[in-house]
Amino acid sequence: MSSKPKISIQDLTKVFYKKDNSVTALENISLNIEDGEFVCLVGPSGCGKTTLLRILAGLENQSSGEFTIEPGDEDRPSQSMVFQERGILPWMTVEENVAFGLEMRHLPKAIVKERTAYFLNKVGLGKFAKMYPNELSGGMKQRVSIARAFANDPEILLMDEPFGALDEQNKYILQEELLSIWSETKKTVLFITHSIDEALYLSDRVLLMSAQPGKIVAEMKIDLPRPRKLEDFRSNPEMASKFLAIWRHLQVEVQGSRL
Amino acid sequence: MRDIKDPIETEQQEWKKQQNQNRLKTWLTIFSPVCLLLVWEFLSQSGLIDARFFPPPTAIVSTFIELLTSGELFHHINISLFRIGFGFLLGVIPGILIGLCMGLYAPIRHFISPIIMALMPIPTIALLPIILIIFGIGEVSKVVTIAGSVFFPVVINTVAGVISIDSIYLDVAKNYGASRKDFFLKIALPGSLPVMLEGIQMGQAIALLTIVAAEMMGATSGIGYLIWTSYSAFLLKEMFVGLILISFFGYIFSLLLRGLQRKLVPWR
Ligand SMILES: Nc1ncnc2c1ncn2[C@@H]1O[C@H](COP(=O)(O)OP(=O)(O)O)[C@@H](O)[C@H]1O
Ligand SMILES: [Mg+2]
Repeated sequence: MSSKPKISIQDLTKVFYKKDNSVTALENISLNIEDGEFVCLVGPSGCGKTTLLRILAGLENQSSGEFTIEPGDEDRPSQSMVFQERGILPWMTVEENVAFGLEMRHLPKAIVKERTAYFLNKVGLGKFAKMYPNELSGGMKQRVSIARAFANDPEILLMDEPFGALDEQNKYILQEELLSIWSETKKTVLFITHSIDEALYLSDRVLLMSAQPGKIVAEMKIDLPRPRKLEDFRSNPEMASKFLAIWRHLQVEVQGSRL
Repeated sequence: MRDIKDPIETEQQEWKKQQNQNRLKTWLTIFSPVCLLLVWEFLSQSGLIDARFFPPPTAIVSTFIELLTSGELFHHINISLFRIGFGFLLGVIPGILIGLCMGLYAPIRHFISPIIMALMPIPTIALLPIILIIFGIGEVSKVVTIAGSVFFPVVINTVAGVISIDSIYLDVAKNYGASRKDFFLKIALPGSLPVMLEGIQMGQAIALLTIVAAEMMGATSGIGYLIWTSYSAFLLKEMFVGLILISFFGYIFSLLLRGLQRKLVPWR
């Protein structure tokens, strides 16, 4: 393992300025994420989670501070984002959507084809390759979004509540699938959620955020062995106590922000 | 005692009912113009309406055949279709290109928008005198007149189409490192296509309106000319042939464009 963290963020601050009022969405965020680590960021809505991710994804500029994503040995894009399900392009077939990142990098046809097919099968959409997104269910669309990001083979993956809009059943299935793909590729992941359960089940480490201004107020290591089965996770008493610890923390936060 | 039905059979009957209803709708659609023609024929033949102003459809058809066999009609149709075709393309292509540029680059949009807004309400036909002065009475002036009227709905819809692209798709393109060219071809063009095609459909309808008006005013051939001279000479059967031809071509063009839409926008 290299000693350098994969993602390092120093004193990142973001202020949204509009006529006569400014919102400090993020204040002095500093954190490191190790190579291959799966980190979940949990916090009440409006605390700046999306803003942080968008800055890392190059979709927004920070107001001050800096971050680095450590490049690997191979020629790869530094990051790819798993967007919410409406982030897949309606005018492209499932296959074209999954190939999107690779096409944008103008990789050789054969490689694009092979990787696309591989990840399509991984998420169980091989049969749906030629369909358009409007024929797919929400869960299937989210699978496309995940396959697109993994196929692009970036240094790190950024996910902003990718399962937020799914029904419970689909959510569990996709969480398991995500872990299984992730365990093969060992990518560094920063995953945003407002679900404590989801964070505990997926991550190596949970970061808790507070609102207005958004700060990281606590962190918690989750050393449940992998591969994780939902059943084991559910019946683990330690997880129950961690759940409660986060729950209390967030309650204080939510109440604090109501004042 | 309740009789127990086979659920599949029930659904099958339900399905058949649906199919019959759909067939009925298709029939009604075909039947309605036929019905109109029959009523017209009857009223005209029976003298309930003045046959001089509304000659019976059968008489119009025989006039149509006469004009067709004499070759005169082909000449008018050909020249009108030529003008519509070229004028349409000359309006649509710049409309799309300028529309895309305006949609993608806000400064260009803000610069050109006021000009378009100022020119749009002026019917191109009202500009025909100026167009005739500039381009002469030849074919160019007709083509330009049509192009001018087709351009506006296309450009406006193309801009609207680009602006209506959900910003999440722009984020996706940026996040996955789309180049300028890829962004144009893979995001902006397909993203704006549905709304753009609505504009083209509108442009097609306006092209027909314009060709008739333009040929009435400054031409010696074409369907509009046929309508106008027939009217002036009180040859109303000939005039109706012209009117029905316009209606027919309007229908054909819409069908063609719908087909094109289905080809170009398969994801809808
Ligand atoms: N583009 C923007 N303009 C102004 N304020 C914004 C913008 N984006 C986010 N904010 C504000 O920043 C704060 C954090 O938002 P966000 O990052 O979306 O939170 P979260 O994802 O945790 O729900 C909120 O108060 C929100 O209103
Ligand atoms: Mg958010």
